[in-house]
Amino acid sequence: MLDFSQNYFALFGLPMRYRVNGSLLADRYRALQGTLHPDRFAAAGDREKRLSLQASAHVNHAYQTLRDPLERALYLVSLHLDGSADEKQATRDMGFLMEQMELREALSGVKDQPDPHVAVGEVLDRLSGQADALVQGLEDLLDEPSAQDLEAARELVRKLQFVSKCRVEAENLEAELDDLS
Amino acid sequence: MAFLQISEPGQAAAPHQQRLAAGIDLGTTNSLVAVVRNGTADTLPDEQGRHLLPSVVRYTEEAVIVGEEAKSAAVDDPLSTVASVKRLIGRGLNDIARLGARLPYEFAQEDTAVPRIRTRRGDVSPVEVSAEILGVLATRAESVLGGDLSGVVITVPAYFDEAQRQATKDAARLAGLEVLRLLNEPTAAALAYGLDKDVDGIHAVYDLGGGTFDISILHLRRGVFEVLATGGDSALGGDDLDRVVARWIMEQAGIEDDASHAVQRRLLGAACAAKEALSTADRVPLHLLDLPNGAQWEGALDRATFDRLIDPLISKTVAACRRCLRDAALKPAEVKDVVMVGGSTRVPRVRERVGELFGTVPLVDIDPDRVVAIGAALQADVLVGNKGADEMLLLDVIPLSLGLETMGGLVEKIVPRNTTIPVARAQEFTTFKDGQTAMALHVLQGERELVSDCRSLARFELRGIPPMVAGAARILVSFEVDADGLLSVTALEKSSGVKAQVEVKPSYGLTDAEIERMLRDSMANAGEDIEARRLREQQVEARRTGEALRAALAADGDALLDASERRRVEDALAHLELTAGGEDPDAIKLATQELEKTCGFYVERRMNRGIRAAMAGQKVEEFE
Repeated sequence: MLDFSQNYFALFGLPMRYRVNGSLLADRYRALQGTLHPDRFAAAGDREKRLSLQASAHVNHAYQTLRDPLERALYLVSLHLDGSADEKQATRDMGFLMEQMELREALSGVKDQPDPHVAVGEVLDRLSGQADALVQGLEDLLDEPSAQDLEAARELVRKLQFVSKCRVEAENLEAELDDLS
Repeated sequence: MAFLQISEPGQAAAPHQQRLAAGIDLGTTNSLVAVVRNGTADTLPDEQGRHLLPSVVRYTEEAVIVGEEAKSAAVDDPLSTVASVKRLIGRGLNDIARLGARLPYEFAQEDTAVPRIRTRRGDVSPVEVSAEILGVLATRAESVLGGDLSGVVITVPAYFDEAQRQATKDAARLAGLEVLRLLNEPTAAALAYGLDKDVDGIHAVYDLGGGTFDISILHLRRGVFEVLATGGDSALGGDDLDRVVARWIMEQAGIEDDASHAVQRRLLGAACAAKEALSTADRVPLHLLDLPNGAQWEGALDRATFDRLIDPLISKTVAACRRCLRDAALKPAEVKDVVMVGGSTRVPRVRERVGELFGTVPLVDIDPDRVVAIGAALQADVLVGNKGADEMLLLDVIPLSLGLETMGGLVEKIVPRNTTIPVARAQEFTTFKDGQTAMALHVLQGERELVSDCRSLARFELRGIPPMVAGAARILVSFEVDADGLLSVTALEKSSGVKAQVEVKPSYGLTDAEIERMLRDSMANAGEDIEARRLREQQVEARRTGEALRAALAADGDALLDASERRRVEDALAHLELTAGGEDPDAIKLATQELEKTCGFYVERRMNRGIRAAMAGQKVEEFE
């Protein structure tokens, strides 16, 4: 049976660090699902169906966690800190917070812009730029992190959470604009 | 058991062991059945050579009539002839009222949430109507294949919600069919096109059927179909195009809104015919006889007017495509090609606008009416184990977010839309009052924040929580969605282990007891011997289990079992085979279950071995 206790990196046979080889991850994910997916057990007994469902769902969750830059960062940091990294604290970096506020203001004024689609697009581009820089920082810190590196990484994760939330709002707004047009 | 599926490559089951399976496209307007024969999937015609079975069921005092004959009676007998029942399945009366369309039926004014259509043969639910259609198609497949079907794959719109999926499965049960899988229609189409032969590519499937619209974006590569995002509208399709045209005719001809059911049917028929003619012609003449007060009307509809009438509806589909692209984090140009599915994609304006959006000429190589059934047949063939395991893998997603009601009438999302299935997610909640011993859970589906804007799927209660101060209880609510996209929810108080579980049965679905009763009634009507059928079913199941185990033992019994383990397994197998020769269905069922239990460890070892083999195949590449 699938070993549910091993960490997600071990599950996919990948080294435990933030920089992940995406195509290797995808290949191994598909290989595992190729063996475990419920479609392989469609004519099976209830017990096997159950096992396959659990294993396949576990592999899906592991894959989604490692594939997403924010989820992967949260997961890796919590592995290093033995599961005690509950990122409820907010960042205190005033410069960063000011920038975020500015972006949110830009979002709330989008509908008054001559071309709202372009305006949202600009915000999204800036958010992508910020996210890329944070991910880059995390890659550098979370290779073989010292305690200090981990603290620094936690701060970047908190910022990445901000950026992600803002991105969701921008995307919702974009969807709303699409529905109107 | 699925031992066969992990057999060694090249060891396909012998031809006489081939299991019979079919793919069924249960459509709004037409339904089809397809099977794989000699390695090729194709739809099956009826005795008159017709592949499409109109999804129309007529109830008369004497009989239930399905298909073409029912369709042609629709105008004369509108109240007892049910068409487009897919628009009603899995919906409550309120939803149906909200569909806006005035349906040409009378609904029984009963105090049930499941709508029942009043016919001359009594009141029928949409599930029963759908079961009639499924039954006709299954019979067609069985007579062509010459044997009982061991299972079917039924397609559903990707955007179908939980209730609609469950209701579809119920209909199959009622028709006496074993559902191997509910398969999303666009995914089935991608399968039929074999788009995965490409080394690596992103493809979109645009599926505008009679009553539903789906858009799916898939990443395909070498046998793996990974759905990245899906979207759509489960109440938008060709019927709606007909309706805007019918409305236009009414305006032109000065027909009042409250025209009779028969007139409405005739108008819709004329509108549909005009729509179809305009796929090739630039202008169609319209003649309407027998209008109210013996009036008649003559006119014409040209392509430009038609395009103008339907453009707002097409715009809705284009907006859904854009949202789907955003969910998949893709730009239109990154999509290699777009496959067109569903009869409504024959409308030139639809093709034109989809082409504009994706900047490519849409693919229409396979008959858009038949492509879904063909894909379903291919999947059915794999699922019953007639094909090697490593040939194909489908990874699909849930179309709508699932969540729970929290304080203030808000929805907390537990599983976001476009999450790959199967999925298991859990979240912890707590009590908000001192000494609280019960917690009400309300399961919802939808994207909006307010409970009132989402679809309510089920309510249940966790009782017997030991009294504690507010916030001390730790209630873990787990959501599990299986490969059919069906949800079950459990709640567990962690400190005491008190558990409550619910298989989400939407409140307007049919209960198990109701289905059971209907099943018995229908068999009694058909003069079938219920006990004989049960015995036959158990014998088939026992034989299947035995055959699978034998194949597994031949493949790796020596490698995975020691002598005494092997003896235990073989004893249980011998016991099953002996019992299956008898006449007691319960004893056979018990022996089958016993065998499965005895083999549990063997099953796990085989799974382990599969995982190791899969990963070993991977690790040839160097670690970074």
